[in-house]
Amino acid sequence: MKFDFSSLQTTAPLLGDSGGFSAAPSFEVPVTDDFDGFQKEAIQMVKPAKGTTTLAFIFKDGVMVAADSRASMGGYISSQSVKKIIEINPYMLGTMAGGAADCQFWHRNLGIKCRLHELANKRRISVTGASKLLANILYSYRGMGLSVGTMIAGWDETGPGLYYVDSEGGRLKGMRFSVGSGSPYAYGVLDNGYRYDMSVEEAAELARRAIYHATFRDGASGGVASVYHVGPNGWKKLSGDDVGELHYTYYPVTPETVEQEMVEVGAA
Amino acid sequence: MESIFGLVGNDFAIVAADTSAVHSILVHKSNEDKIMVLDSHKLIAASGEPGDRVQFTEYIQKNVSLYQFRNGIPLTTAAAANFTRGELATALRKNPYHVNILMAGYDKEKGAELYYIDYIASLHKVEKGAFGYGSYFALSLMDRLYHKGMSVEEAIALVDKIIIEIRSRLVVAPPNFVIKIVDKDGAREYAWRESIKDAGVAGA
Repeated sequence: MKFDFSSLQTTAPLLGDSGGFSAAPSFEVPVTDDFDGFQKEAIQMVKPAKGTTTLAFIFKDGVMVAADSRASMGGYISSQSVKKIIEINPYMLGTMAGGAADCQFWHRNLGIKCRLHELANKRRISVTGASKLLANILYSYRGMGLSVGTMIAGWDETGPGLYYVDSEGGRLKGMRFSVGSGSPYAYGVLDNGYRYDMSVEEAAELARRAIYHATFRDGASGGVASVYHVGPNGWKKLSGDDVGELHYTYYPVTPETVEQEMVEVGAA
Repeated sequence: MESIFGLVGNDFAIVAADTSAVHSILVHKSNEDKIMVLDSHKLIAASGEPGDRVQFTEYIQKNVSLYQFRNGIPLTTAAAANFTRGELATALRKNPYHVNILMAGYDKEKGAELYYIDYIASLHKVEKGAFGYGSYFALSLMDRLYHKGMSVEEAIALVDKIIIEIRSRLVVAPPNFVIKIVDKDGAREYAWRESIKDAGVAGA
């Protein structure tokens, strides 16, 4: 608790030019019996749970990356226009699930490290290297409350690359991944429709469809389904469709056939 | 759920491990190799938290190879196992690694050996050992069917029996396994036992 001295203070700024000492800056302490509990709750509030659907997969022409755009704080939808696909550099993308700030910050940090690698070695970092850089950072902070579930997708000298990296220190190389609360739904559609020799158009449609079906069933995912493609010449955003509108393109409203008309019952 | 097991035969040792990378209800990957070829004549199979598993085994591998560079002779299996245990023990009261390890190796003096090292840093030299949910089946089957001086064919037959038992009796059974072997000719992959195919990592 902090005593209220406001009536004794002048409205002059704290660091007055009088040359004398000013009051030490202070902040309010929350009025609560259980401060630890309050802090825990506060942390939960600013950390959107993994209410997300993101996916990425490798196919013959590169990597397809897609995500929804909803940010939720518990039951409240705080944004419908989040960029969950982070552009690390022109050849590498990262996806965002878990803590928005943690993902954003560490991806930016990874971007810096990748650029420095490029300047020092005169060649772009491999996806393997970049993902390991991130995984090692996250591993060094494990158990300290970071919440990151990300995929690093890109194109390097060895071709397309895809890694799953999380804040528990896990790092997996693979052909297709999906992360977030909507991921089981996305996996269902993705596994079902996946072929290695898909065209870019087919792959983009599969990614879009998987995100759409995930947003349909998962309340914490929604907004727009953005789809990116990473090829030999870097990434390109292919589409960003409102999933509400996608619903009506996939399932157009058709006039229902009336099986039985209601008729006036004649007087008895 | 995670299952690793191994046994020593006639001048060789075999270790097998499941290859699933699981997160809550999702199998993120079904071809994750959990047995590392530590050096030319050593295998290290590890189960535990995915982050710790990779970081710790890689750390051990690099230190074992550093020893070889510095001294010109490789560590014996016993020495590598004792080193690994030491590293786990020092970490145990600071920030413990959650990894259970089976280390198999071959050296000229001692022949093939298998070491059981758990995350609380206990070390045992064993003829047969297992970790994880699959260990209940693996241990009883090996107790019943193992005998000294098994041939490679006999050992593989036993390993296959165990894999089939895990797949048929364990609720959360992993679909795929990898089997590796170490003998006088070195440590190498022996076979994969896959009941579902994961899209192979793109080499093309």
